[in-house]
Amino acid sequence: MKDRTASYKAIDRISNVAADSLKCINCGVCSSSCPSGRHTSLNIRRLIKNAAKNIDILTNKELWMCTTCYNCQERCPRSIDIVDMLLDIRAISVQCGSLLPEHRKTCMMLLEHGHAVPISEGCKSKRKELGMEEHPETVHKYKEGLEEVRTLLLACGFERLVGKKNNPPGDNTL
Amino acid sequence: MKGLSLFLGCLVPNRYPGIELATKLCLAKLDIDLEELKGASCCPAPGVFRSFDKEMWLTLASRNIVLSEQMQRDMLTICNGCFSTLADANRAIKKSEMTKQKTNKILKQIGKEVKGDIEIRHIIEYLYKEIGPEKIALHVETKLKIRVAVHYGCHLIKPTRDRDLGSFERPVFFDQLVTALGATSIEYTDKMACCGAGGGVRSSMREKSLAMTEAKLSYIREADVDCIINSCPFCHMQFDSGQEEINEHMKAQYNIPVLHYTQFLGLALGFPAQMLGIDTTIKKNRRLVEKIAADED
Ligand code: SF4
Ligand code: SF4
Repeated sequence: MKDRTASYKAIDRISNVAADSLKCINCGVCSSSCPSGRHTSLNIRRLIKNAAKNIDILTNKELWMCTTCYNCQERCPRSIDIVDMLLDIRAISVQCGSLLPEHRKTCMMLLEHGHAVPISEGCKSKRKELGMEEHPETVHKYKEGLEEVRTLLLACGFERLVGKKNNPPGDNTL
Repeated sequence: MKGLSLFLGCLVPNRYPGIELATKLCLAKLDIDLEELKGASCCPAPGVFRSFDKEMWLTLASRNIVLSEQMQRDMLTICNGCFSTLADANRAIKKSEMTKQKTNKILKQIGKEVKGDIEIRHIIEYLYKEIGPEKIALHVETKLKIRVAVHYGCHLIKPTRDRDLGSFERPVFFDQLVTALGATSIEYTDKMACCGAGGGVRSSMREKSLAMTEAKLSYIREADVDCIINSCPFCHMQFDSGQEEINEHMKAQYNIPVLHYTQFLGLALGFPAQMLGIDTTIKKNRRLVEKIAADED
């Protein structure tokens, strides 16, 4: 996957994207604003506070419990771009092979159809009932558009990224 | 101001085609210049794809933007997720010449080039800023005298530094578009809370995602409203299919009709419910439509 795979350690990349977490004063405004934290084990304060310090974050399930609602980021008194940081850490985690199986399925949909949610048979008949064309004006109808999407996905190495399996523990080079 | 192209995304055309049709009908009736955008793909979805691979996310988003640039039209989104991806990608391209060049290097493979010369709009902020609630009220044929729970969703207004729609704590613009149609927007606890679907949570942790939805639904039910109005098909699905899932798995009894704003607007502009994809074979929807018709007499 070209230059992105330049083998420098994941931990360096994390401390890079999470540098701002050092500004955290541990006030807890983020976690008390977090809708997910009320129902899941996500503790965004703890996650951010320790983000730059610990490689374990890459396999921490809490990374994937955030709905990206941005409450925490909006309210953080230290103006830490919490969600942007979290998304960057997620990407590193995926590059290390930690794509969740359900998310892998969504990726396969994109690779195959150019849509994360492709059209269903039920929806085709719904469209017809409404007097609409069966296929919407998207890549579903324009196959040359779908080819373009595939070309771009290939150019970005997306297929390889999706196919990547978990690296053995300790192997933190990308 | 440029005319608009309609960006469909995935969920609207592929699950809720009524929202697609409602959008076209309403905009035609309001005399807004809108054309189909041909050959677009997934935006791609911000919560998942952006967090897997930012370069790919930006590249596919840019291809979609190019399609509208080629028509010299601003792009209209009807989904908070599409809006988030396309507006953020567009901003990134406009802001940094280097980002633009890097993206164009990849786009060259399909003979396309992103210029950064259009705007990305969301139907709610577009209607609010460019038409305005007062003018919309003038078009109303059927006053919708009902009680409504407005759900803004997250990415329409956040991150606020990029959205230019004011504070996210107590916004009013969406409510004003709803009250312009004759309805009452009811205050309810945690009105600005997330629906629970975003960030890939619905797909990978369905139960936890629905627990968030259930919390919000319980407050909405407390407020005793006739329906939920949203601005995003992903929130729409989370409340709509979500209620059924919650009823089944949590032994609950939720029965609140859920409409996208374009469907609600369509009713006010005089289109029949069936034409807007509001399934009146479902009892709660039929009740809603009958209530609107009864109040009219
Ligand atoms: S709100 Fe900001 S400063 Fe406060 S704990 Fe969270 S990240 Fe740290
Ligand atoms: S963006 Fe994520 S971590 Fe922040 S408040 Fe929302 S769900 Fe919680």
